[in-house]
Amino acid sequence: MKTSIFLGTVAATTLMAGAGMADTLADVKARGELNCGVNTGLVGFAAPDANGNWTGFDVDICKAVAAAVLGDPTKVKYVPTTGQTRFTALSSGEVDLLARNSTWTFSRDTDLKLDFVGVNYYDGQGFMVRKDLGVTSAKELDGATVCIQTGTTTELNLADYFKANNMSYQPVNIDSNAEGEQQYMAGACDAYTTDASGLAATRAAFADPENHIILPEIISKEPLGPAVRHGDNNWGDIVRWTLYALIAAEEYGITSANVEELATSSQNPEVQRLLGVTDELGAMIGLDKDWAKRAIMASGNYGEIFAANIGEQTPIGLARGLNAQWTQGGLMYAMPFR
Amino acid sequence: MSDTHAQTVPFVRDTMLPPAEPPIREAGAVRWLRENLFSGPVNTVLTILGILIVWFLVSHFWDWFAHSIWNAGSLSECRQIIAETWGEGARGACWAVIRERWNQYVYGFYPPELYWRPTMAFGLLFVALAPVLFSEAAQIRRIVLGLAALMTLWLMVMLDAPALWLAFAAVVFLGALLVSERHPAWLLVFSILYPLMGVWFLWGGSAWGPIMVLVGPVLGWIAWRVMHPFSSLAAIVAALVIPVLWWIGYAGEAARDAESIVSFSIPAVTSDRFGGFLLSVTIGVSGIALSLPLGIVLALARRSDMFLVKSLAVIFIEFIRGVPLIALLFVASLLLNYFLPPGTNFDIILRVIIMVTLFAAAYMAEVIRGGLAALPKGQYEAADALGLDYWKAQRLIVLPQALKISIPGIVSTFIGMFKDTTLVTFVGLYDPLKSMSDAVRASTSWKGIYWEPYIFVGFIFFLICFGMSRYSMYLERRLARDHR
Repeated sequence: MKTSIFLGTVAATTLMAGAGMADTLADVKARGELNCGVNTGLVGFAAPDANGNWTGFDVDICKAVAAAVLGDPTKVKYVPTTGQTRFTALSSGEVDLLARNSTWTFSRDTDLKLDFVGVNYYDGQGFMVRKDLGVTSAKELDGATVCIQTGTTTELNLADYFKANNMSYQPVNIDSNAEGEQQYMAGACDAYTTDASGLAATRAAFADPENHIILPEIISKEPLGPAVRHGDNNWGDIVRWTLYALIAAEEYGITSANVEELATSSQNPEVQRLLGVTDELGAMIGLDKDWAKRAIMASGNYGEIFAANIGEQTPIGLARGLNAQWTQGGLMYAMPFR
Repeated sequence: MSDTHAQTVPFVRDTMLPPAEPPIREAGAVRWLRENLFSGPVNTVLTILGILIVWFLVSHFWDWFAHSIWNAGSLSECRQIIAETWGEGARGACWAVIRERWNQYVYGFYPPELYWRPTMAFGLLFVALAPVLFSEAAQIRRIVLGLAALMTLWLMVMLDAPALWLAFAAVVFLGALLVSERHPAWLLVFSILYPLMGVWFLWGGSAWGPIMVLVGPVLGWIAWRVMHPFSSLAAIVAALVIPVLWWIGYAGEAARDAESIVSFSIPAVTSDRFGGFLLSVTIGVSGIALSLPLGIVLALARRSDMFLVKSLAVIFIEFIRGVPLIALLFVASLLLNYFLPPGTNFDIILRVIIMVTLFAAAYMAEVIRGGLAALPKGQYEAADALGLDYWKAQRLIVLPQALKISIPGIVSTFIGMFKDTTLVTFVGLYDPLKSMSDAVRASTSWKGIYWEPYIFVGFIFFLICFGMSRYSMYLERRLARDHR
């Protein structure tokens, strides 16, 4: 009796929620603001500065979508989400878009009813150890104590990797990146494991980075990408193709500096279609023809965003690696604009 | 006889000798040490152990504190300065992060040009509290009000507050000081109005909203006056129902209409701009102010003879006390979203305040119930014998004594609740301890800094909680009546 009432309520609310949130694009336009779920603070990816302005690699995705949909990259309300609240915030409608370095996995895509629209950063899990430990490969870590953040995919990957290689390890559970660094520095663990991008940023912030090495093995695939809710395909298309527009812009050499010029002068038909000179691609996803131009102007193309936030010129100093364009041997491959 | 005696006594002392110095073991510092630190073998061992521990801590952390850097733009700059000043390999504390992010720790992401508003709200909080906290101590009230006035006005000038609001604050402070000299009780009017005023200063928007909220009780009072001659029960019901009807049905619309006729608004600030100590203090003060009355009501309800009232109180208290606060916060932030109609904007800070208040009220009820239970039965019987009705007996005889007994427990609950405000980090709000510090660490300049933010925030929390604890001791002394 009680169960059925409860289930009935849940079903009713779900229906209501589904009916009410089917048209995210209209909601966002009516609100005049994009609610974008971001990390509460991850160096290079999303962080508020001293004045509360958000910057970062994921934040620039939010800005590009806001520019494409609303015409103004500043019309974003950043909703900081924690590891526990991120997916609920998206499915309950609190945010329209989740750009929070979340790994695209089978269960999240299906069971949690999210739609990952693409990958904006190909990451993988690595290990950092002290140089004087004398270890040069992750295969030599048998019996090591490893600092590992709980509740993340990295925890499961670690178990898988050590099991597959018939090794044992002693986990030291940590709650946040800052705590992990502290434990590792204090010698509580021999190795610190997290996404390779996080390891590079952590190592760069050490007082003695030369005494620490990141082992060559990458033990997992961590494709990080923006996600939207199941059930609103048009909104998913908008976010997906905004991301592709940024990636394609790099491929065709369109930057925030020359986008205006190329829109008038370029003879490349693909560029012309992308920038709305010919064809009405924007109308097919419910936007105007300049949507991609505005998205690119927000913070530049994919390469510019990468270089400004996490690239080799920044203190984090990540190489493009897998995140280079497919023409450069990477995995960044925008579907054709046609 | 006396002569012979005089011959037999060769010497008679006619002045007292000055008292000899006590033996060195029985005087001054040596005695104090002997009595307090080395009075027996066990104490001696414990003292030596204690000294060793202190020495261990100081010897490990002294150089870190001594090498404090206050002026630097990033952690690497800090390290460089430390290495240049104290040599390679020296350790040091980099407090420069606090200096650079001070505003963020205090105000969160509040618009900088409006920093004066929370500052003024915080200063006026003392005007609202003074008549409640220091009802019988005119001297202390004077000092508190004077200090609050000076600090607030000075800070408001520093923060470039508009002259109009500066004048407003000055008038309120001056008025409060003057009124408190002659009629301290009148200040309670300000204390009652303050919550609405504070909300308006913090969140801004149209002033008509809070004014229309205030109209509710006024309507209720009018209804009570009109109905009272006919039936006192009807008057009470009308006085309770009419304000609620007003708030639900008409207040919002009336505020909008009034705003369209005479616009009277200040820039609105949304809840996501709140953070740091502004957030903690907002949640803490609201929770404290709301949980005490709610706790009293619950405690009385739990001791009531009416079955329904009593069962509801027991269920509420036991349920809330049996559930972790974090679970309640998750319900407030996540579960409610599924059940509210889409598009409902139910402010997250308001939701958190409600949950924190309910949580603290359940504990408060048990603390006060302890106080009620500690009163001798004679007090209740005496109240009955005087012919007082239930509410008068509670108000005049039972509660004053019960609350006095419960002061340490009540203040403990307040302190615990204030510290629990840091748990809002789990629902994505920027508490000063974890979220704000992590956000600071997420900037490339300050990545890798660990202890300094924690020590700083912990220190501020200590100051506030220690202040509350000292106040409770003062209050206990002040209210001490020997049980004769």
